Order: sequence, then C-alpha cells, then structure tokens
Amino acid sequence: MHLLEPRAQPSQLMRWTAPLIAIAATLLVGSVLFEALGKSPLASFHVFFIEPLTTDYGWSELLIKACPLILIAQGLAIGFKARIYNIGAEGQLIVGALCGGGIGIAYGETGGAWVLPAMVVAGAIGGALWGAIPALLKTRFNAEETLTTLMLTYVATHLLSYLMHGPWRDPEGMNFPQSVMFGDAALFGLLAEGLRINSSLWIVIFAVLAFWLFNARSFLAYRLEVGGQAPAAARYAGFPARQTVWFSLVVSGMTAGLAGVGEVAGPVGQLNLNISPGYGFAAIIVAYLGRLHPLGIVLAGSLMALIYLGGEAAQLSLQMPAAITGIFQGMLLFFLLGADAFIDNRLRRRAR
Amino acid sequence: MLDYLPLILAGTLAAATPLIFAGLGELVAERSGVINLGVEGMMLIGAIAGFAAAAETGHGVAIGLPAGALAGAAAAAVFGFFALSLAANQAACGLALTIFGIGLSAFIGQHYVSYSLPGLQPIAIPLLSDIPLLGPALFKQDWVVYLSLVAFALVAWTLAKTRLGLLLKAVGEAPDAAHAIGYPVIAIRYGAVIFGGAMAGIAGAYLSTVYTPLWVQNMSAGRGWIAVALVVFATWKPTRLMLGAYLFGFVTILQFHAQGLGIEVPVQLLAALPYLATIVVLVLISRDRKLLQLNLPASLGKPFLP
Repeated sequence: MHLLEPRAQPSQLMRWTAPLIAIAATLLVGSVLFEALGKSPLASFHVFFIEPLTTDYGWSELLIKACPLILIAQGLAIGFKARIYNIGAEGQLIVGALCGGGIGIAYGETGGAWVLPAMVVAGAIGGALWGAIPALLKTRFNAEETLTTLMLTYVATHLLSYLMHGPWRDPEGMNFPQSVMFGDAALFGLLAEGLRINSSLWIVIFAVLAFWLFNARSFLAYRLEVGGQAPAAARYAGFPARQTVWFSLVVSGMTAGLAGVGEVAGPVGQLNLNISPGYGFAAIIVAYLGRLHPLGIVLAGSLMALIYLGGEAAQLSLQMPAAITGIFQGMLLFFLLGADAFIDNRLRRRAR
Repeated sequence: MLDYLPLILAGTLAAATPLIFAGLGELVAERSGVINLGVEGMMLIGAIAGFAAAAETGHGVAIGLPAGALAGAAAAAVFGFFALSLAANQAACGLALTIFGIGLSAFIGQHYVSYSLPGLQPIAIPLLSDIPLLGPALFKQDWVVYLSLVAFALVAWTLAKTRLGLLLKAVGEAPDAAHAIGYPVIAIRYGAVIFGGAMAGIAGAYLSTVYTPLWVQNMSAGRGWIAVALVVFATWKPTRLMLGAYLFGFVTILQFHAQGLGIEVPVQLLAALPYLATIVVLVLISRDRKLLQLNLPASLGKPFLP
C-alpha cells in the first residue's frame, strides 16, 4: 500500500505539470462517466468545453463566471500560503453581497453616482468583517478556522434567507424570496451591447495586478510564505503569527465580499437566494490549481468558469443535471492533490 | 413547557442519531491519525445510495442503511487512496470528497426528487416506555435510534478494552514506532477511514430513509461538518461525543418548538442556531490549549510515508 517514497529534491517539473496531469485525468475519468451514461465522450466534451466558446456571448459569460472565481482565489491564496485555511469564502461572499445589496435596495432608484462605489466599499468591508470573526476566534481562543469559517457560511446563508423572506423582500414580488431589482445607479455598466460583461471586470484586473505586485515585491508576502513553510523559523525571525492569521482572513474575506457585490450589482441585479453557485468553494480549487500564483489563478479561474459554463450547456443540450459541475470539480481537486504528491515523492521502486 | 418536554426529548434523540453515527466514525478515523473533512460528502453519498436502494427494492430502511454504509465506505476508500496511499494533504482531500459528494448525490438524486418513503414505526420498549413523561419520549423510538446506542457501546468498548483499540492508538500517536515494530500503519488507517465512511453513510441513509424521509439536494445541511466539530468538542472521547450529539440534537429540535414556547424569533434565524452553537462550543473547548494537546492524537493530519 506504500506507493511512494520521498525524492531527494522536490521536482520543479512536477510542480508546474501537476495541474495539467490533473486536468487530463479528470477528462479521462469524465469520458468514462459520459460513456457509462450512454453519451459519446467526444460529443459531450464538445458541448462542455468547445461550444460555449464559439460565440461572443459565450466568451462574455466565461468572463462573468471567471471574475468572482479569480477574485476570491487571489485572496484565498494569500492565506493558503501561510497555511490559514479559509474554506468559508462562500459565506463572506454572501455577507459582502448583503452589505452592498442593502445600499442597492435603498438607493438604487434614487441615488446618484456615489451608490455603486458605496456598494463596493460596503461589500468589501462586510466580507472582511465576516472573515475577521474566525480570525478573532483563532487568535483569541485557538478555534480552528476551517470549522469556524464553514459554520459562518451556514449562518450567512440563513441570514440571507431571513432577509429575503422578511424585511428585504420585494413587496410586489409575489412572495418570492428576493429583493427588488436594483436601479441603474446600483448596477455596473455593461461593456458591450447585448452582452452581460460589465465594468466590474476592471476591479478584477486591478486586483490581479495588485496581488501580483504584492507577491513579487512585498516583504509581508515573504513573511507569510515563511510562516507557512517553516513556522519555527518564522517565530525565530520574529514574524508574528497572529498578524498572519488576521491578514489572511481579512484579505480573503474582503475579496470574497467584493465578488459578492460583483454578482448582485452585475449579472444577478438583485438579492436572492441564488447569488452564488458555489463560487466560494470552487475558488479553493482555483487557488490550488493556479499554484497559489496570481497569474496561475487567472488561468485556473478561467478553466473553472468553463466547467461551470459547460455544466449549464450540458443541462440544456445533453439533458444532464447541472450537478455534473460539482462532480468535475471534486475530481479535479482529487487528481490535483494526487499529482501534487509527486512533487516531493516518487513512485516506490521495488527493493532489490 | 412541560407539555412540550416529551416531544422535545423524543425529537432530540432522533436529531442526534445521524450526528452520533457520523461523529463516532470520524472519531475512530481521527484516533488513527487521519482527519477526514469529507464527512459531509460521505453522508450525502450515503443518503442518496440508501434512498435509492430503499426506493428501488421496496425493502425500505432494512436495505437502505446497509446500502448507505457501503456507499460511504466506498467514498472513504477513494479518500484513502489519495490521502493515505499517495500521502496527499488530508484536509484538502476531505474537501475534495465533500465537493464531489455534493455533486454526485445531486446528480443521482435528480431521479428521486418526487419519491417518498414510508419511514419507520417507533418500537416501544415494554415497561420503560410506560414511565410517565420520559417513557414515551426516550423508549418509544425507531430501531435505528437504539442501534446508535449499540454503535456507541461497541466503539467505546473497542477503543478502551481491546487490542484493536490499542493498535489504533499506536498508529495515531506514534506511527513511526508502530511501523518499526511491524504494524501495517497504512492498512490500519485504511480500516479506520473506511469504518468512518460506513458510519457517515449510515448517518446519511438515516436522514433520507427515516428522518425526513425524502431525498432533498444537500439534505445533510452541514451535519457532516458539525460531526467533525463534535469530535474536537469530545476531545476524541466517545462518551463526550454522545453528550455533544444530544446537545446538538436539542438545539436542532428547539427551533421547531420555539413558537410553542413563546420565542418570537424568525424561523430562518433560529435555523442558524446549530451552526452558531457549533462555533460557541468549539471556542469553549479550544481555548483550553492544554486540554486539546493532551487528547489530540499526536499524528493527526500528518501523512505517513515509511
């Protein structure tokens, strides 16, 4: 049962080819799955991965889905490097959407040009605060951030549900659990006629550049990385562990909150119970698949967006449940982790 | 208040049952040194497998629970391949299993959305169930609730009194030493992880074939994660795990009786209570670093490569 033995040196080649191996393995098992369901794998993959990209509309939808994934994963990667595992970005996204969306409901029809910037700021602060709670619980009470961030996601979901069924429900919405549609002042402007891609794209581009600069140039990024790889060395060098926890969770909460505003002030256009199809969870995979590198995350986020788009296309033209997206996501993460095992290890050779 | 007591108590036992199964399973896995964050996914896979088996065969729970156990065990074996044989990051593998399980169960569940199952009749234990107030609440339950008590007794006894329990402890506390004296560390960990998966599968199948009894997408609603938190709260001890499970069963049930008790809080906010309670409980137990360190299996979460 011992398949591996340690390598003398970690393999740099494996570090960068692991994502490709994982994608290939996912496609392989995916084609077995399609075959078992009685669909031709090649035709299915065409529907899944090629067809969505044959139109301008498809590319715009790809960007719409990639934006939140990339944004959230940038924040998460900061924490993952320092081994702070925020797995509740979905909750931080929801709270960000609520904070921004509240302003949108109140002032979207009547307010001026200040409304949208205010929503963006409120969303970022809301997400950051929701991330700050587990940071406080970790630094003050030693509570595991994996479990607390996740539990807070369920709390956020119920908070959203309460507001949608109660105080923030659209009074003329026939009792559907959703808010009014936001007015123009609370919506990102569209970038092209007939497409849904909007000006929140600039925020994401700016964020990618900012995170790239931060990673490449700042001493703080270096400290975070040392803290993750060699906690003892970090302590010896006097890098405070608490600061790492706070920084990781607040920054990743903030990016998730921003993504939440991007959704409600963008393609969704209101608050409802389906703000996010699990972007907060998928972004975890995106961060790892992108090797926790700001530019790698852009590629990984685009691929993940394509899996989402493909899932929707499969639902329409192959009559498959959209849940197939989740199956692909899970497989992709499994295979990535499996391939990553070969960075530090190699296949065991038989003893002579 | 007194009128509600039997109802609340009876509901508490039923609501605690899935947490007991899933929690005991995770406790055994963690005692062997493996943290599996995929409990939520294994529960959902068990839930849909149990539901499908019960619906297709018409034999109900009697076939649903074993089917759920098998499916959960199979899911755990996949986790084991990556986390044990390939020594990959355990926390991330668990997360992958949860994401996969949510997707897979929803995918299969598509066919079963409009089905419903008959559920189970409670079995009254003679004499005991005649005790006023408490009797009907505690001793008139379905057989799976009683089975959860048997499972607790078996796990507690195995861990405390048997050679197998010692082996688990050796592998969890000092895998290198256990390996050096010739114990198959990885095989024992596989066993513990697969047992955990089977138990999570039973927990899920109980939800879908007895507790609800319907298939609803994502129906475990975080119970798998609460079970993981319970193991920490229990400081890896079965007795305390039972205590925690009943506490959470109580909090879960409270929301359904809140209105009758005159608590005027919107249902959606009450539904958040179990998750808030989990956080509170985690904080209370984690702040005592010494207590945690004393009880934490020393190799928990660390991959083993001989």
